[in-house]
Amino acid sequence: MSEPLLQVDGLCKTFHVAKSARGNTRLKALDGINLTVGRGETLGLVGESGCGKSTLARTLMMLETPDEGTVTFEGTNPFGLRGKELLSWRRRVQMVFQDPFASLNARMNAGDIVSEPWATHRNLYPSSREREARVRELLHMVGLRPSDARKSPQEFSGGQRQRLGIARALALNPDVIILDEPVSALDLSVQAQILNLLNDLQQELGVSYIFISHDLTVVRHVADRVAVMYLGRIIETGATEEVFDHPRHPYTAALMSASPKLDVTGVKRDRIVLQGELPSPLDPPSGCRFRTRCWKAQDICAEVAPEPRVTAAPDGGLRLAECHFPLETVKGLTGATATAG
Amino acid sequence: MTSSLTEPAAQDQLPGTENRPSGKGNGSQDGNPNLFRLLLKDRFATVSAVLLVLIGLTAVIGPALMGDLATKQNLLFANKAPFSLAHGWEYVLGSDSLGRSMLARLVVASRTTFSVAVPAVAVALAVGSLWGVWAGYHRGWRENVSMRIADVIMSFPSLLLAVVVLYVFSPSAGNIVLILALTRIPIYLRTARAESAELQSRTFVDAARTFGARPNAIIGRHVIPVVLPTLLTLATLEFCYVMLAESSLSFLGIGIQPPDVSWGLMVSQGRQYLQTAWWLSIFPGVAIVVTTIAANVLAAWLRIATDPAQRWRLALPRKRLIARIPVKEAKP
Amino acid sequence: MKTAAQSVLPGQSRAHEVVLSVRALAVDIRTHRGTVRAVNDVNFEARAGETLALLGESGCGKSMTAKALAGIMDPVCDLAGGEVVLNGTDLAALTPKERLKFAGPELGIVFQDALTALNPVYTVGTQLGEAFRIHRGLGAKEAKVQAIELMERVGIPEPESRVNSYPHQFSGGMRQRILIAMAVALNPRLLIADEPTTALDVTVQAQIMQLLRKLREEGQMAVVLITHDLAVVAEEADSVAVMYAGNVVECGPVSEVFSDPRHPYTKGLLESVPVHVGRGARLLSIAGSPPELHDIPAGCVYQSRCPLVQDICRSERPQLLPVTDRPVNDRPVDDRPVDLQDDADDYAGALLSRPGRAAACHFSEEINNV
Repeated sequence: MSEPLLQVDGLCKTFHVAKSARGNTRLKALDGINLTVGRGETLGLVGESGCGKSTLARTLMMLETPDEGTVTFEGTNPFGLRGKELLSWRRRVQMVFQDPFASLNARMNAGDIVSEPWATHRNLYPSSREREARVRELLHMVGLRPSDARKSPQEFSGGQRQRLGIARALALNPDVIILDEPVSALDLSVQAQILNLLNDLQQELGVSYIFISHDLTVVRHVADRVAVMYLGRIIETGATEEVFDHPRHPYTAALMSASPKLDVTGVKRDRIVLQGELPSPLDPPSGCRFRTRCWKAQDICAEVAPEPRVTAAPDGGLRLAECHFPLETVKGLTGATATAG
Repeated sequence: MTSSLTEPAAQDQLPGTENRPSGKGNGSQDGNPNLFRLLLKDRFATVSAVLLVLIGLTAVIGPALMGDLATKQNLLFANKAPFSLAHGWEYVLGSDSLGRSMLARLVVASRTTFSVAVPAVAVALAVGSLWGVWAGYHRGWRENVSMRIADVIMSFPSLLLAVVVLYVFSPSAGNIVLILALTRIPIYLRTARAESAELQSRTFVDAARTFGARPNAIIGRHVIPVVLPTLLTLATLEFCYVMLAESSLSFLGIGIQPPDVSWGLMVSQGRQYLQTAWWLSIFPGVAIVVTTIAANVLAAWLRIATDPAQRWRLALPRKRLIARIPVKEAKP
Repeated sequence: MKTAAQSVLPGQSRAHEVVLSVRALAVDIRTHRGTVRAVNDVNFEARAGETLALLGESGCGKSMTAKALAGIMDPVCDLAGGEVVLNGTDLAALTPKERLKFAGPELGIVFQDALTALNPVYTVGTQLGEAFRIHRGLGAKEAKVQAIELMERVGIPEPESRVNSYPHQFSGGMRQRILIAMAVALNPRLLIADEPTTALDVTVQAQIMQLLRKLREEGQMAVVLITHDLAVVAEEADSVAVMYAGNVVECGPVSEVFSDPRHPYTKGLLESVPVHVGRGARLLSIAGSPPELHDIPAGCVYQSRCPLVQDICRSERPQLLPVTDRPVNDRPVDDRPVDLQDDADDYAGALLSRPGRAAACHFSEEINNV
């Protein structure tokens, strides 16, 4: 991969909340996040609810301020920008939200929604004729009719609303779009339409995606690389096929195994069913965060937090997994099943 | 754009949009239907609107038509009962203890009443809502300080404040308006803050922030249009309160000064004659109640009519309003 | 098809007896645009120890069907016809009061949203014990003992200490377990699970599904699983009924329906799942969106999105008819399709027959040639 477009180093974010059972009031939502996104690339971000995916997205969108760490976008740190420079950075990174009903203001019509960003970025399309033409073009790009510009959001179906949300994100011609569960609120048949649209747009515009989802099938379909999050840390990254087919971190393996497969051959697979639930992020376990649910956990896991281990994948890309006892091969996975079952 | 992007366009449009009920002409298509036509569909709202127009016209041109009838005393006709044309049309609503025409006094009082109540409500609404929306949007210390100020104003006896201020300064209409507005600001402040605090965490507000929109722009574009209908409904209820508050000030002699007359003043003056001449306080009281209810009904209607998500309720036959359960099941 | 019906194996036990049989179920909703048919002529059977999945997208009527089965419909919905035969009793013909006797001992229901389905002001012990107090007349103390036993059964750790906790003190997965415990408290013959894992994370979802499977096998319950997730159906269900716009468009054993769909909608759904195509490749999506309930077309409900649509589809609605058998080499003997009608006719002997394959399409034979 060439020079990354977006690079995140050691990002931390702590929220102060009401007291937990052990009297802790600091919720470490992000704890040293490192990731990179290349130009035109799709990075898949998977993890269970409460793992910090959405906080990461909001921090990258500068809706939250990080406590530590840096974000570098084409060599500049957006958190150091002010005024006009900040505004022009805002233009480069945009977001599509999960809920196509809540993310559109019901009192505006479709045209106003799509052109809303230009009310702030006035110099982008200065004349109203340009703006109208661009709205028509954007609606066309996302598969809506130009005449839809006068409709209000209630008149659209869920899938069409999500198209509208994508059009709004495209209005500022961004380089990176953060997609926060863009299809999980949609029906299966509509979900496929939106995934196709996102794919087409990427081909056409060369935009990078950070695709956040809990649906592993979808992530496997869209992402070039995958990052797996658990309790505020990225515990494994690598090329999509590598991570899905040869997971090195036990959590990744369990996650892959737990997600139901559309397999009708009738052969019942061995599944790793994790016992217990996600520990509270208020009181994360010592050492390795996953040790409370891990079947490979040993004494060292409770004492020392594992360092990220970098290995070279067969295709030349880098693999990274934070585990003292990473899984070696697929065989290791079946062996694990017996212990976990 | 090339064909790869336009292809899903053609597909997606097939059934969903075309089968949608297309409404009557342009009206419901552009999301801004003809409000007047919608109004005529709702009988209660129509009646309220007509009443308000009539009362408004009375307040504007009525006093000129009445001439000096409202102040002309005629002791021969003192305390005449209403609903009798025996003493001429001007005594159709009876007369007071000085023999002045109730009808004329009500008409003249309407102007005074409105010239105090309308500005008082408007000032309180404007200041309270803007302040509340601002405090709720920013949260943090701005919210805390604002709410404490509101608490102080609320807990301070407003009548005492009015008495002090109006004794120190002269009891002019302007001062009454200011005092009434000041004591009612917290009502709007609290409502606006609560709604705004909820709205600022909504996704479409987050979306606007990601464009880099400034807080004031977001407040103007996304918060106020949503909060305003609620506040307007509140304001119509406040209208009643302000008229009555003005009457108690008048009763204490620091409100509207005779020979000027307001509905509230008429109610309080007539109270001592309630046993013998009920019409002295009942008629102005009815005027206050009718005005308030009409304004309230119209505001409630307006709140629904300006909300695109609820507007369809007004378009349906009235009988079925009860069975307004959404067709769709919960999303999976 | 007759031959298939007679080829019943003697080795089958009571385990596959028909517990619930739904015939021509129809539900109307009164809306501001008039009365609409939300569920239309739905037929299916649920068998002891097996899971039947009702599969469909939002608004297809699957939840409405479940509510009609349980008799907990919204006040604007009316049962417009049909039978719901549970163990020989037609629930649809009973008065609401008579029905109450069945809720609990005969029929349990698990909802999607465990937080709203539990009352926040009572402890879970009280709510779990309620069924025993009402139906078995137990006292508060005995009910609590039963509640603790139940919590143990559904895998809640430390039930003795947690029985006095309130719903909000449990995590989402644990709340769902409590809800399941309430549903199976009186060992019902039928368990309706309405999207039981939709709100949960994948790892917790796997736990809950494992629990449901365990309980089903222990109590020989018939489970009606309502879901929109094809993968869950593929993994958990024995047979499936695919619903679209209030109609069952295809039904049959899951392995057969999914490997050889005979309705274009089922086929389209299966192709929409990004599994078999390469990364970034075009997904074969179904164009458009389902029709609104108030303008469901006269002919086939799927006509506006169907790639095979012909004139006959626009004029005549296809019936749910058995599809002709296509030889599948390694099919188990007892999985042979059976005429649905046969099943209905001899209900007494139905314990030995198997659910058949049927599809509501004029061109169900030509699907795979698309």
